[in-house]
Amino acid sequence: MKRFSGRVLFLDRSDINTDEIIPAKYLTEVSRDALQPYLLEDLNLEEFDPSTDLDNKNVVVTRSNFGCGSSREHAPWAFEVNGFHLIIAESFARIFRQNMFNCGMLAVTLPSETIDRLFREFSGKDTTIETDLESKRFLVSSPDQHMEVDFDISDFDEALVKSGGWLEYADANY
Amino acid sequence: MGKTVAEKIFDAHHVDNPSGDIHVIRLDAVFCHEITTPSAINDLVERGKDRVFDPDKIKAVIDHVTPAKDSKTATQGKILRDWAKRHNIKDFFDVGKNGVCHALFPEKGFVRPGYTIIMGDSHTCTHGAFGAFAAGVGTTDLEVGILKGVCAFHYPKSIRIHISGRLREGVYSKDLILAIIGKIGVNGATNKIIEFSGAVVDGMSMEERMTLCNMAIEAGATCGICYPDMTTVNYLWDFIKDEYGSKDEAMKAFNAFHPDPDAVYDDVIRFEAASLEPQVTFGYRPDQVKAVADMEGEKIDQVYIGSCTNGRIEDLRAAAEELKGKTVHPHVRGIVSPATPAIFKNALEEGIVKLFLDAGFCVTNPTCGACLGMSNGVLAEGEVCASTTNRNFNGRMGKGGMVHLMSPATAAASAVAGHITNSSLYSNSGGKE
Repeated sequence: MKRFSGRVLFLDRSDINTDEIIPAKYLTEVSRDALQPYLLEDLNLEEFDPSTDLDNKNVVVTRSNFGCGSSREHAPWAFEVNGFHLIIAESFARIFRQNMFNCGMLAVTLPSETIDRLFREFSGKDTTIETDLESKRFLVSSPDQHMEVDFDISDFDEALVKSGGWLEYADANY
Repeated sequence: MGKTVAEKIFDAHHVDNPSGDIHVIRLDAVFCHEITTPSAINDLVERGKDRVFDPDKIKAVIDHVTPAKDSKTATQGKILRDWAKRHNIKDFFDVGKNGVCHALFPEKGFVRPGYTIIMGDSHTCTHGAFGAFAAGVGTTDLEVGILKGVCAFHYPKSIRIHISGRLREGVYSKDLILAIIGKIGVNGATNKIIEFSGAVVDGMSMEERMTLCNMAIEAGATCGICYPDMTTVNYLWDFIKDEYGSKDEAMKAFNAFHPDPDAVYDDVIRFEAASLEPQVTFGYRPDQVKAVADMEGEKIDQVYIGSCTNGRIEDLRAAAEELKGKTVHPHVRGIVSPATPAIFKNALEEGIVKLFLDAGFCVTNPTCGACLGMSNGVLAEGEVCASTTNRNFNGRMGKGGMVHLMSPATAAASAVAGHITNSSLYSNSGGKE
């Protein structure tokens, strides 16, 4: 199973689409590793610089409809090869969310009030999130604050994460 | 309790209910192209599972970048080509026979009412126009589809968008879907199926219905669905006449994929078409939509007519009608890409290709190309494209470029004017300027 903890990258915008996550011109790559330098290259977000802001981060916290647009699994792969295995958002586009779990990664939805609070109290600080998948709880920490956040994922999504992804699950079951 | 179209299709394809509302369904077709399939093929090979569930149910095409533009795209094409050959996938479409998947596969008769279809392409929702459940998926879902012929989905929730009235002259299916997305938002149908109903949809050709369903994903929908009717039967007749004794018999069978009168919807949205003006997007989201009249004068550098949204023969006819006797503005580059070889051939025979060439358009081979900034018309930083495609995302057609989505008629009129403007097909019909 992958690791779902680490320092947080806050992306304060809704509707971040797959073309922003990984532009189509890089879809000619057949290996996942080749996507590594291009994650969020075209993200339209003020003061965001992909060349420095991704460093040593492993978790994304963002707003609604994250990952809308194309079906390209290159989007979760680009996160994966950059060490991001957990994305927390107010909501996800269907295909992106499914692709995350199909790859054995976590796409967790939290209520808008909780997302607002995370942005308000932790954005701009050196924040880490530790994930306890068994008790379904995040421990959010900054130098001056801790917060526990309960989350929920379906049994099926949990099974995908624990079995390593949909291919492993389907192969074992169908 | 009555059922929606998607519920009926799911129930007819049920394989498993592993937990909660997750349903694993049997697939009638798995569509493949050269961008998202090679990774799945390579992974299957690496796992020692280089098999396909049924070579006759897999349809493959090289369409996104074709003919190959460089070594990488050539390799992607080769991986798909070699795979199709070694698994005896007969319906594989290569250079000379290839076209944009969501225009080509319906044209070949691969979609039927009640079918379940997946493809590693978000615009797979297009095929719902035939009363099918068709969904875009990622490479892992595709890989499992190829190997096992199944896919997992949440049991479908549907919304119904009922479109009454009549579209004005010069107002198209594209304007309608842009207005609908503008109304419900890019997140308005996420995780849901949209059933399109009403007099306007009933009166549409299959091409128009495909344009409508094609952009369902831009509102977040899993699939857009139109009810199969005689228009559907007529479109498919050459492919199904051996199966059914008569068109009425086919219609009777397809009626199974109409919703029950007491089907339960998450929401029913009513839309009046009569007052609709031609629409265009601004900004970087497909729900940022206004009337063309309100964008009048916005300068453009390029016009692109094509794609799985609007590269079909009716689209080219509308654009050509607008271009008749006119030429592209000297500051504008006009590009038209008929979506399939058959459409290209029709356009040649109807004199449409000559009209485009006389107007100063570049006519490219069928390919997805410029729509996603891959080839054949990538924008430079700061350039603006009037486009009949489906996405105006930041950088979509090239880094730093801006895309305005519109109908082929509006795109053609804008090509001539050098800026965004209403087509004469609309203006002359009494629509306000």
